[in-house]
Amino acid sequence: MNSTRKMPIWRILMQWEVILFFMFVAMIVVNSSLSPYFLDSNNILRTTFNFMEKAIIVLPMMFIIICGDIDISVAGIIALASSFMGLASQHLGVGTPALIFIGLLTGLSVGALNGLIITKIGVPAIAVTLAGFFLFRGIAYAMLGDMAVTTYPKSFAYLGQGYIGNTRVPFELVVFIILAIIFGIVLHKTTYGLNLFAIGNNSTAARFFGINVNRIRFFNFALIGLLSGLASVLLTSRIGSTRPNIASGWELEIIVIVVLGGVSIFGGAGNILGVVISIFMVGLARFGMGLINVPGIVMNIVMGFLLLIAVLLPGSLRELQSKILTKQQQR
Amino acid sequence: MLEKVVKKREFILLVSLVSLIIIVGLRSPRFLSMGNFRDIMDDTALLAMVAMGQFMVILIAGIDLSVGAGVALTGMSVALLHQYHPGIPIFVIVLLSILIGFLLGSFNGILVSLLRIPPIIVTLATMGIYRGFVALISGGRWVSAHEMSDAFRNLPRGGFLGVSNLLFVAILCVIIFGIFLKYTRTGREIYAVGGNEIASRYVGINLKKIKYLPFMIAGSIYGLAGLLWVARYASAQSDTAMGFELVVIAACVVGGVSIFGGSGTTLGVVLGVLFLGIINNALTQIKVSPFWQMALQGLIILVAVIVNTVMEKRTQKLVIKRRNL
Repeated sequence: MNSTRKMPIWRILMQWEVILFFMFVAMIVVNSSLSPYFLDSNNILRTTFNFMEKAIIVLPMMFIIICGDIDISVAGIIALASSFMGLASQHLGVGTPALIFIGLLTGLSVGALNGLIITKIGVPAIAVTLAGFFLFRGIAYAMLGDMAVTTYPKSFAYLGQGYIGNTRVPFELVVFIILAIIFGIVLHKTTYGLNLFAIGNNSTAARFFGINVNRIRFFNFALIGLLSGLASVLLTSRIGSTRPNIASGWELEIIVIVVLGGVSIFGGAGNILGVVISIFMVGLARFGMGLINVPGIVMNIVMGFLLLIAVLLPGSLRELQSKILTKQQQR
Repeated sequence: MLEKVVKKREFILLVSLVSLIIIVGLRSPRFLSMGNFRDIMDDTALLAMVAMGQFMVILIAGIDLSVGAGVALTGMSVALLHQYHPGIPIFVIVLLSILIGFLLGSFNGILVSLLRIPPIIVTLATMGIYRGFVALISGGRWVSAHEMSDAFRNLPRGGFLGVSNLLFVAILCVIIFGIFLKYTRTGREIYAVGGNEIASRYVGINLKKIKYLPFMIAGSIYGLAGLLWVARYASAQSDTAMGFELVVIAACVVGGVSIFGGSGTTLGVVLGVLFLGIINNALTQIKVSPFWQMALQGLIILVAVIVNTVMEKRTQKLVIKRRNL
C-alpha cells in the first residue's frame, strides 16, 4: 500500500501510541517540576521494582485481550502460587530452585485449567476466570488462614530484590525487558501473532480459515498462568512474605494498563509499543504522585479518566480523520 | 409440564439450595432456627438489592464493575454529611443517597449509551474514579459508630412485624423488579436488546434509552444500599465494599443469568443470592473455618457457569433439531 509509505504528518501524530508517548513525556515534565527527586536515574530504576511484576502479566494479558478474551483470575493465581511456595518453604524447607519450580508449575497448571474449561466446555472466559478469582485466592485463604509465611531462604531474595552485577539495574527489570522483546516479536512478526489478531477480529472467519482457534486460546491462558506464576515468584521474593491477600486488586489494574496501551477491549487491535509505554506511564505516574504524597487510591481517579480518554480519543480521531479525508477528496 | 419445570435452571438451583439447607440442618439444628433464618435474610438483603441492578445491566449484555466503589462513595458522602450536619432529617439523607447513586449510575449510563464506550471499560474507569473520590472527600479518614446518631445507625435495623427495614427494602426491590422486567414494555425491551441488539433496533426500540436505564437504576439502588451499608456496619471507610462488585456478579451468574445478556430471571437471581448467603452462614454453623468461604464461593460459581453453558448448548441443539424436522 502506498498510503503507509507516504503517511501525512497529522496521521502519524494522531496514532494512539504517539499520543500516549506525548502524554508520557508530559507526565515526566509535570512530575519533575513538582518534585526534584523524580528525575533521578537511581530513583527511577528503583521504582520499577514496584510495577515489574504487574508488567510481566500485562504482556500475556495483551495476547488474551487481542484475542477477544479476558482473564480476571491472575491475582488469584499469584496468591495461590505464593501460598504453595510459602508452605513448601515452611514445612519442607526447600531451596530457591524448587521454590521457583513450584511457583511456575502452580501458575501453569491453574492457567491450563482455566484454558481447558474455556475451550473444551465452551464457558465464556469472563465467567470462568471470575470463578477462578474466588477459587484460587480462596484456596490460598483456606491453606494459610490469617497466617503469614516469612521463612524464605536467603538466596530466594535475589530474584525480586537483586540487581544485575554491580549496576543499579534491577534483575526484575531485565526479566521484563527480555519478555517484552519476545512478546513483541511473537505478536508482530510471527504467524502466532497474526492469528491472535485474526481471532480477535472474527473468530468464526479465523476458524474457517484453518486457524485452530481453541488451541491458541488455550495456549494463551496457559501462558498467562505461567507468567502469573513467575510474577508470583518475583513478588514473593521482593516482599519476602506470603499472605493470602497478596496482590489483591491487581487484575483490574493490569487490564487498565493493557487497554490504556491502545489494545481494543473487543479484540483484534493493539501493539506492543503502546502497551509498554502504558506500563511505564502508569508506573512512573504512581511513583511521582507518591513523591508529592498523593495516596495511591486518589491516583485511581486519574487512571479512570485516562482510561475513558484512551477509549474515546482514538474513535473521535478516526471520525476527524475521515472528515478531513472526505474534504480533501471533494477538493 | 412437570418435565418442563424439572429441566428449568431455577428448579435445579432450588433443589440444591434445599438439600444444602437439609444437610447443614442435620449437622447443626440451630441453623434451622427462626433467629438464624432472620440473620441470613438480613445478611443477604444488601446483596439482593444490588444484585437486582447488576442483573439488569447484565441483561443488556453489560457489566457494572463500579458497584463496590459506588456503594462506598454514596455511603461515605452521606456519612460525612450526617456527621457534620446531624440536623438533617433521616428521610432527606435517604433521598440524597438515592440521588447520589442516581448521578453515579447516570454517568455510567451516559458514557455507555451516548458515547458508546463498552460497559466493561466505562465501569472499570468509574470504579477507580469513584473509589478515588471516597478517599478524596474523606481524606482517608473513617467515619465510625460514635460519629453517627442512633437514628442513623438504626435505619436498617428498625422495622415492623419482625421484618427489618433492610429486608423490607430488599423484598420491595425484588418484587418491583420482578414485575418491571416481566410485565412492562420497557422490561421486555431490556431483554430484547440483550438478546439481539441489531434486531431490536430494527423493531424500533430506543437503544439509547434502554442502554442508559439499567445503569441509572443500578446506580440508584447501590446509592440506597451504600447508606444502608454504612449504617448497618456503623462505619464508612475508603475500602468499604471493596470487591463487592464481583460477589454481586457472581450471585447473578450462579442464578443462571447469561453473561452474554438477554437471558435470566429475577427468581434465579434471588436464588443465586440466597445460595451464596446461606453458604456463608452455614460454614460458621457447622464450624468450618470461615477462611474456606471464598474457595467454596469460587467452586459454586465454577459449577454454576459450567452447568449454565452445558444447558444453553443443549437448548441450542434442541432448537436446531426442531427446525430440521
